[in-house]
Amino acid sequence: MTARRPANRRTTLGLALLAGLFLLAFLGPHLAPWHWDETDFTAFREPPSARHWLGTTQSGRDMFALTLRGLQKSLVIGLLVAVLSTALAAVVGMTAGFLGGWADRLLMWGVDLLLVLPSILIVAVLSPALRGHWLGIVLLLALFGWMITARMVRAMTLSLREREYVRAARFLGVGNVRVVLRHILPHLSSLLIADAAINVSVAIIAESGLAYLGFGVRPPDLSLGTLIADGWGSAHAYPWLFGSAAGALVLVVLAVNLLGDGLRDALDPELRGARP
Amino acid sequence: MGRYLLRRLATYAVLTVVAASLAYLVAAGSLRPRDAVRNHTGGTPAAVEAELARLNLHDDVPLPERYLTWASGVVRGDFGETVQGEPVTGELWRRLGVSLRLLSAGSVLGFAGGVALGVYAAARRGHTPDRVIGGGAFALLAVPVFVLAVFLQLGAARLNEMTGLQLVEWVGESSPGAADGTFGALGGFGDRIRHLLLPTLAVALAQLAVYCRYQRATMLDVLGADYVRTARAKGLRRRHALLRHGLRTAVVPLTTYFAYTAGLVLLTGMFVEKIFGWHGLGEWVVDSITRGDVNVVAAANCVAAVAVLLAGLFSDVLRAVLDPRVRVHPR
Repeated sequence: MTARRPANRRTTLGLALLAGLFLLAFLGPHLAPWHWDETDFTAFREPPSARHWLGTTQSGRDMFALTLRGLQKSLVIGLLVAVLSTALAAVVGMTAGFLGGWADRLLMWGVDLLLVLPSILIVAVLSPALRGHWLGIVLLLALFGWMITARMVRAMTLSLREREYVRAARFLGVGNVRVVLRHILPHLSSLLIADAAINVSVAIIAESGLAYLGFGVRPPDLSLGTLIADGWGSAHAYPWLFGSAAGALVLVVLAVNLLGDGLRDALDPELRGARP
Repeated sequence: MGRYLLRRLATYAVLTVVAASLAYLVAAGSLRPRDAVRNHTGGTPAAVEAELARLNLHDDVPLPERYLTWASGVVRGDFGETVQGEPVTGELWRRLGVSLRLLSAGSVLGFAGGVALGVYAAARRGHTPDRVIGGGAFALLAVPVFVLAVFLQLGAARLNEMTGLQLVEWVGESSPGAADGTFGALGGFGDRIRHLLLPTLAVALAQLAVYCRYQRATMLDVLGADYVRTARAKGLRRRHALLRHGLRTAVVPLTTYFAYTAGLVLLTGMFVEKIFGWHGLGEWVVDSITRGDVNVVAAANCVAAVAVLLAGLFSDVLRAVLDPRVRVHPR
């Protein structure tokens, strides 16, 4: 039991941090004195003060409100991408592992192909067609983010398929779909939950990276990536512009990583180190 | 072993060709180069259309036909022309050189440093060094490279201010005229090193944490293995048993990970080049996507696919060298 304690502590800490960030992102705007698209014409590039908690941008917008707005976007995008891509990974991985044969070969070939394709480049190339719509970004990121999880799901399904109770169910004439849902999926759930958590942080970093390069969410909409892109050029002279957005991003990723890492160790000690 | 590698090579080659073709089709299907061509020619609409057709970028031509024109050029080593009408191939090689100069030192440092720290942490499991390394790697993992690079720049600016010297540079690959100073070619070399310092650190740190955590986990699995205990029982020192018998096995799973990191390195390159003002492949791709320059993006995708293939092949060779079971029973 002693070996488990650090993992649980990490999970709790990550969960608390994440819950705090969620509250801040969705309740904070109601408490903050400024709205994110309001402009204060009396304060341009003001350092943090009682009036503007995290300072203002060069056009007089409140950095605290902007950061919260970006945080909302990043959290929602990260969660949606993780849920979608993990679901896709589960379906493909279980199908390939359970059916075997040519279906397995075909699906795994597709996985290899998508792994060889530089996925961020492809998403970036496709992004102008989306005109910066954030749901489109979610779909693209999910479409290119499921492959490694699918490989792990397939490997586990392959071994689960040969277990006695699965064989027994199949010999009794239970249908394939029912066997997968009742006897295989429950054993994969811990892997899937832990991986979904890790995929959240991957998705958040990918989305901000794309936005940073100008291929993600676009003005007037914003995310933490666009805020960081706006702030880094003047990071030396006006550190609060870069610092608040970058700090928020690092905190979110840290929280999600703590949660995912702790979950993985707590749920499935076997998988420790199966994925960095 | 030869047959095993040959079969892997064939699989990789087919994958690369399909991936590169798919990447071209995606780029040609979604990018719109018309504006960039119009800005460049500045001529009449008819001239723009003619230039688009000459560059194999015209959207009236069916996609399969454009693909065949492009593919037959690539087979001859010709990647077409940029929207400015310059050959892609020459620029591609030049930019690849810049990117390699930027990324190679950092990647090697990141790998070596990550493995060393991971092994050290595993050997000191549960003690202070393990906690410090683990915590540091965890924190580093949460900092994306485009934030890390800016933090490094801020730190370097502080260092330069404190010492009053321009110790570290963070824009571009070299200062103009550095090689003509009092120290001649040596001064030019020193100047290049000065420019390389910070981006190398960014590239290394971006990978270090991943390798460190992975290596620590695989090393922990090996530490309790029978053959390490046997080696100790034979009278080998702990250090010797761990490094000679343990590490060799613990690195094997890491080599599989190599193929995946090739993509990671390219991605890191895109950000680091953009932030540090190096005119490499990554910066070119980002600008070309914005311009809608299909031929450049497709060529860069080919390079990326080949890089992943080479990394995959390299990891297979490394595995075969390190793990005798692969040689005896090829999978």
